[in-house]
Amino acid sequence: MNHNDHTTGKVTFGFWVYLMSDCVLFAALFATYAVLHTATFGGLAAGDIVDLPYVLWETLLLLASSFTVGLALLLSYKGKKGATLIALAATLVLGLGFLALEVNEFVHLIEEGAGPDRSAFLSSFFTLLGVHGAHVAGGVLWMLVLMAHVAARGLSAGTTRKLACLALFWHFLDIIWIFIFTFVYLFATI
Amino acid sequence: MTKVSGYIVGFLLSILLTLMAAGLALQYGKSYEPLMGPGVMYAMLVVLAVLQLLVQLYFFLHLGEEKKPRWNALALCFALMVVAILVGGTLWIMHNLSHGQMAQLPFIEGAITPQASND
Repeated sequence: MNHNDHTTGKVTFGFWVYLMSDCVLFAALFATYAVLHTATFGGLAAGDIVDLPYVLWETLLLLASSFTVGLALLLSYKGKKGATLIALAATLVLGLGFLALEVNEFVHLIEEGAGPDRSAFLSSFFTLLGVHGAHVAGGVLWMLVLMAHVAARGLSAGTTRKLACLALFWHFLDIIWIFIFTFVYLFATI
Repeated sequence: MTKVSGYIVGFLLSILLTLMAAGLALQYGKSYEPLMGPGVMYAMLVVLAVLQLLVQLYFFLHLGEEKKPRWNALALCFALMVVAILVGGTLWIMHNLSHGQMAQLPFIEGAITPQASND
């Protein structure tokens, strides 16, 4: 058990360091967006494409999923396999809901002729949001695999360790979203 | 180990901060002028975002419960430093560049227009 605790600490710290480097990746994309967000080339500007109530729903879905993944981790510590799987399934549904709303937003923009090829602003907009969305999609796949893992092998030290990393990843994506919500969407309404 | 109450408090505080920020933008987005300048609006929204970052770091990522030596917090501080240099430096240098281009604009226009008319 002591050995396992030690390994868990090392693994989660390693994963934390990865998240910090991912943070730097997002910082570069935020900086790009900040520089290019006025370069609309006669097309739609940030203020024209933001539907704040819609984005608020996206935000609340992701926030709720960040809460449920935390619950899943707590339940796994308590050894409750069924409840852990239910909490993970709830996270999965909320995460997919977020992705569906985001993809719908992208499709609408592209149909309106405001795709990533329209202007430097839209390129940076789609890149920043797309990279975040791709992370969420990756997290969804990871969660599916981990659910199968937990269902098949139960809650061992190994599976809870993986779950702890997934929870860190998912919380991290929600924190990145806070800043996308603020700098991209809320700033555009001013 | 961590308790469910921490997650509930963090969740409720995050919802509150999100709704406050969205309410602020919806209410005063286009009509802040009688109340305050745009700078104040931007600053308030950034403060709300940073507060939510701190709430989630504390309640969801449990950064406050880490035992010494605080390697996670240290890695975070380093990452934040890189982020500050990256974003601050980018904005600084691009702002200066666009100023440089603005200053040259009359000169460039003068140089290009006669050439274009010659063609």
